[in-house]
Amino acid sequence: MTKKYVLFWLLPIVLLIALYPIVTDNFLVRENIFLMLSYIVFASSMNIIMGYTGYVSFGHIVFYGIGSYVGILLINNLHVHFVIAVLCAALVAGVIALLIGEAVLRLRGAIFAIATIGINEAVKSLVANVDSLGGAVGIFMDFSVYDSYGGPDKALWIAYYAMVILTVLTILVSYFVRNSKLGLGLLAIREDEDTALVVGINTKRFKSIAYFLSAIFPAMAGTIFAFKSGNIVPDDAFHIVKSVEMIFINVFGGLGTVSGPVLGAIIYEKLKDYLLTNPTLKDLHLAVSGVTLLLIVIFAPSGIVGWFRERFKVVRGVLE
Amino acid sequence: MILRLEGVTKRFGGLVAVNNVSFEVKESEILGIIGPNGAGKTTLFNLISGVYIPDEGEIYFKDIRITKFSSYERAKMGIARTHQIVRPMNELTVLENVMVGACFGKADLGFKDSVDIAMDVLKLLGLQNKAELLAGQLNLPQKKRLEIARALASFPDVLLLDEVLAGLNPREVEEMLEVIKKIRSEGITILMIEHLMHAVMSVSDRIVVLDFGIKIAEGTPKEVASDPKVIEAYLGDPKVALKFVKEVK
Ligand SMILES: Nc1ncnc2c1ncn2[C@@H]1O[C@H](COP(=O)(O)OP(=O)(O)OP(=O)(O)O)[C@@H](O)[C@H]1O
Ligand SMILES: [Mg+2]
Repeated sequence: MTKKYVLFWLLPIVLLIALYPIVTDNFLVRENIFLMLSYIVFASSMNIIMGYTGYVSFGHIVFYGIGSYVGILLINNLHVHFVIAVLCAALVAGVIALLIGEAVLRLRGAIFAIATIGINEAVKSLVANVDSLGGAVGIFMDFSVYDSYGGPDKALWIAYYAMVILTVLTILVSYFVRNSKLGLGLLAIREDEDTALVVGINTKRFKSIAYFLSAIFPAMAGTIFAFKSGNIVPDDAFHIVKSVEMIFINVFGGLGTVSGPVLGAIIYEKLKDYLLTNPTLKDLHLAVSGVTLLLIVIFAPSGIVGWFRERFKVVRGVLE
Repeated sequence: MILRLEGVTKRFGGLVAVNNVSFEVKESEILGIIGPNGAGKTTLFNLISGVYIPDEGEIYFKDIRITKFSSYERAKMGIARTHQIVRPMNELTVLENVMVGACFGKADLGFKDSVDIAMDVLKLLGLQNKAELLAGQLNLPQKKRLEIARALASFPDVLLLDEVLAGLNPREVEEMLEVIKKIRSEGITILMIEHLMHAVMSVSDRIVVLDFGIKIAEGTPKEVASDPKVIEAYLGDPKVALKFVKEVK
C-alpha cells in the first residue's frame, strides 16, 4: 500500500500550473488555466461515480447547471457573498443528488446513463421555461455586484483563486475516497454489485454518498463560472457535451485512478486549445477527439495512467 | 442453535426449488449439504445469505428472525459465503478482495487494520505471494481459495461453502479439507455443499440431503449413507449411486 505517494507529485504539478498565471500576471494564460482546472474538477468528480463506483452519469453536467443558477441567483438577486453562494450551491446540488439518486441509482448500466441524460434535459427545459429564472435567455449579473469585490477585474482573480482551491479540494477528496473504506466499498460495487451486498456493503448508501460527492464539486464550479462570466444561459449551463468531456477525460487519463482524470484534464485542455486555435484543425477538433478516444479504447483501454501501470511495475506505487 | 430454518420454500415460477425445508445447525459444527444437480442446494444458500427471500417459512440466526433481512445486514451479523461460480472482483488486487471481506463483514475493520488481517488470511490459504496480483489473473483453484479468504476475513460466525472442492485435484482437495478443519477449530460454524462424497462424509458432523427441493434425509454421515431414500435419489444416475455406496464404505 504505497499509494499515498501519488499526492506528492500530483499536487505540486497542479499547484505549479495554477501559479503560472499569477506569477506572470497574464490574464490570457489565466483563462486557459482556469478552464484546465475546471476540467480537473469535473473529471475528478465524475471519476468518483463513474471510475470508482462504475455508474456512468452521462447527464452529470446537470449539477454544474444547478450550481450556476443557485450561485447567480444568490449573488445577484439576494446579494449573498460569493463564497457563501459557492457553499450553498454545493449544498443544494448535494441534496438534489441524494433525491435523484434515490430514484436513478436503482438502475444499472446503460439505463442509468440514459436516465441521467433525461434528468439533465428535464431540468434544462424547466429552467428555460421559468421566467423568474430568466427563461431561455438566462440571467445577467448586475455589474454593480462586482463593486463589493473590488471591481470586475478583481472579481476575475477571485474566481480564479476559488477555482484553484476547489481543484485542490477535489483532488484531495478523490484521493481520500480512493484510499478509504468508502472507496474500497465503491470499487467493490463497481466490480460486482450483487457480491458487494453479500459481503456486507450497504450498496444503496454507498452509491448515494458517491453520487453526492460527485455532484457537489461541479456545482461549486458552476457558481464560480457564473460569478466569473456574469451571465448564464440554460443551453450552456446544461450542455451535454460538457458531460461527454468529463467522461472522455477519464477514459483518456485512466478511469478509477486518482491521477488519471487530473493528467487527462491537463492534456485534454492543451489538446483542445491547440486544435481550436489551429486554422486547419479548428473545425475538426471534435473529430480528432473522437478518433483519439477510439484509439485509446482500442490500444490503452485503461487510459494513460493504466497503460504506464501495466508496463512499468516500478511506477505502480506512485502512479495511482 | 446458531441457525434454524423452519419450513422454508422458494419457487421460481412453477418450479419449487426449495420445498418446505427445516433443519437446525449447532454452533461450530460442520453440516454437509448434498443432493443431485438441481436439488436446490445453492438456492438454499441464497436464502440463508439473503440473495433471495423465501416465499414461505422463516430463518433464524442466533434466535433473531432474519427471514427478510437484506444480504448486507446478514453479512454484518456474521453470515459469510462463497459462490459456486466464483465471483472475484477482477480489477481489484487479491489483497483488496480480501480487505473487502474484512472491512464490511462482521469484522467491520478500518481500512488500515484490514490490510494485516487480509494478509493473515491470505497466508492461511497460501495466497500471500499473489496479494498484489489482480484477482482476475488467478487460476480457478486460486480463485476458489480467494472466495474463502474473502469470506473468512470477515470473521463470520457461519460460513457457507458452495462446492469449494469442485475442480480441484486430489492434493488440492486434501489441502482444502485441512483449511476447512482449521476454520472449524476456530469455532466457526460451517455449512458445506459438496458433490465429492468421500470428502464431505469425512469432515461433516451431520449431513442434510436434498432432492428436488425436498429434504429427504438428515443425520450423521453413516446414517445418511445407509438411508435407502438417499441411495434412491442418487440412482437417477447409476454411476453416481454405485460410486456413492462404494466411497462411503
Ligand atoms: N434464479 C433462478 N431462476 C429460475 N430458476 C432457478 C434460479 N436459481 C435456481 N433455479 C432453479 O432451481 C433449481 C435448483 O437450483 P440450484 O442451483 O439451487 O441447484 P443445486 O442443488 O445447487 O445444483 P448444482 O448441484 O448443480 O449446483 C434448478 O432447477 C435451477 O434451474
Ligand atoms: Mg449449486
